[in-house]
Amino acid sequence: MGRGIGRLLLSDVAPGDEMPKLAYDVTATTVILGALATRDWRPMHHDRDFAQQRNGVKDIFLNTPNQAAWFERYVEDWTGPLGRLGRMKFRMRDSVFPGARMVFQGTVQKVGTDEKGCGWVELSLELRVGEKTMTACEARVAVPVSETDNPWARKGEDWKP
Amino acid sequence: MNTDLPSEVQTWIGQPRYEEAGEFEVERGYMLTSLASVENGNPLFWDADVARALTGGWIAPPTTISLWFRPHWWAPGRAKARQPLQVHFDLKEVLGLPEAIMTENEIVFHEPVRPGDRLTTRQILREVSPLKTTRLGQGRFWVIDVEYMNQKGQLAARESYTGFGYVKGGA
Repeated sequence: MGRGIGRLLLSDVAPGDEMPKLAYDVTATTVILGALATRDWRPMHHDRDFAQQRNGVKDIFLNTPNQAAWFERYVEDWTGPLGRLGRMKFRMRDSVFPGARMVFQGTVQKVGTDEKGCGWVELSLELRVGEKTMTACEARVAVPVSETDNPWARKGEDWKP
Repeated sequence: MNTDLPSEVQTWIGQPRYEEAGEFEVERGYMLTSLASVENGNPLFWDADVARALTGGWIAPPTTISLWFRPHWWAPGRAKARQPLQVHFDLKEVLGLPEAIMTENEIVFHEPVRPGDRLTTRQILREVSPLKTTRLGQGRFWVIDVEYMNQKGQLAARESYTGFGYVKGGA
């Protein structure tokens, strides 16, 4: 499998590297599709009246697992299919509403291998709207250390996320 | 320990609760719907040859993990709607905090989830904060862990949610 499908190697990455930004215009469909795709039936993600009157916010807003899916997509766009998420942690500082242009950006914080030889990249990611960070995320993703390495083949004690 | 909590809530802290199987098997349709919702074109999830070569067949996108234990909106014979993350809703009710949002989420991914898997989950309340006032209102933060196991007893993921239950505009 060549690099044509986006194969990132550990040696391609260094601390301080910036990931290409991803911009996306959020609509009501984005929010509702995202909620239903994650089987989240709570009304604040599809009913504006409920969101305003019960939650006290201006509109329906992106739900938690859909934000996770957006961050996963952003990371995998960068690593290609051999990138394997180990962990992801994010804090939602403010809600993302229809009408927002969300921009994902990321920086490589750390690069290294663990005692089992697995290559790891630690990323600091942000979902921004305008000048504001709406969600701050830290992700740890395994990437191949060589042309023949496959992080997905790691199991049991060889996988330390 | 936060001693202004009702004793019932104090007994929940650290105790596994609601160990239950998902209502349906992991399947490709929901994976594709989830991928489409965020326009994720990773060939690992769309190209059978890539999936076969890298993961020995289809796997679910890792962040779909919570999808597989969320109950149906309705099911025959069910008098009361089942909630995902029931501990979150129990806290709202017992603490008298009618509104709630999630503020933080952490997922650690272990064994990949595959079509046909049947996940079992359990929920563990880790902590509940004292009363706090935010721009949404007055309430409490809480942390709930969820463990996901597959039908072989392998750990698929551990997830941690931080929620804020509140009375809108202050108590």
